[in-house]
Amino acid sequence: MNNPPHFKGFRPIGLPEENNPVIINFEEYEAIRLSDFELNGQVEAALIMGISRPTYARIYESARRKVAQAFVQGKAIVFEGGKVYFDSEWYSCNSCGCWFNHTEKEQVIKNCTLCGSTDIEQYDESHQQGNAEDIFICPECGNEKIHSPGTPCRNEICPACNCQMVRKGAPHHHRMRNRNNN
Amino acid sequence: MKIAITSTGNSPDSKLDSRFGRCSYFVIYDTESHSTEFIPNPSKENIEGAGPASVQLIASRGAEKVVSGEFGAKVKSLFDSLKIQLVVLNDPQKKISEIIKLLNH
Repeated sequence: MNNPPHFKGFRPIGLPEENNPVIINFEEYEAIRLSDFELNGQVEAALIMGISRPTYARIYESARRKVAQAFVQGKAIVFEGGKVYFDSEWYSCNSCGCWFNHTEKEQVIKNCTLCGSTDIEQYDESHQQGNAEDIFICPECGNEKIHSPGTPCRNEICPACNCQMVRKGAPHHHRMRNRNNN
Repeated sequence: MKIAITSTGNSPDSKLDSRFGRCSYFVIYDTESHSTEFIPNPSKENIEGAGPASVQLIASRGAEKVVSGEFGAKVKSLFDSLKIQLVVLNDPQKKISEIIKLLNH
């Protein structure tokens, strides 16, 4: 997500402080921000958050219900965790040895922000942590393809033999492998 | 553009402070007028919340970049949402004057 809220929450005016506030996750905050503040459609918003549209709809629905509950019952709202990661990208400079991020995603970075050197590298988390990517495999020819979040899984079609692909390592995949072996 | 640098002292010969929230001084450097201003960090002795308080101070001075040795998790996401750029320089021997020279590349 791009913009976490820079405050912790809201409190109703004129009520004594209660100890059971409504907890809104960062992803729910982000859903409201994308839909009702930036006025994105659900499909675009889901793509921005890197999740499928049905999942987005679920998060957004839950967010609105929580906001309504807080409004009607006069409860406080607290922003909290959830499954999010912040995605400002980091770069390292080989000339002065510094690390820096940049705040505008669209902007292309060519120079070190500190010393102006062009000898910079983008820090890639997926390489560092060896993140397992979502790989889809073709049951016919064994072709593999990286699944991009936001596209429905059933739309992953093998480019070689035009059949529907399955997630590598998923129960489907195991079942097919067993069938082939028999 | 204004750039904030964390400093251990209040002169251009002082070294970079590797902590952000509990650094001794903030240097606000203006790239247009080449002026520097040293601000003692009021939250240096805070037990809690020194990072967010320092973020507030820097944001109120209108800085668009911050140079320090390290940033905590809270501080990083705060700066992200305020759209202030972070520069991590892991060299506690660097003098403020040297950093300013680098910034004038």
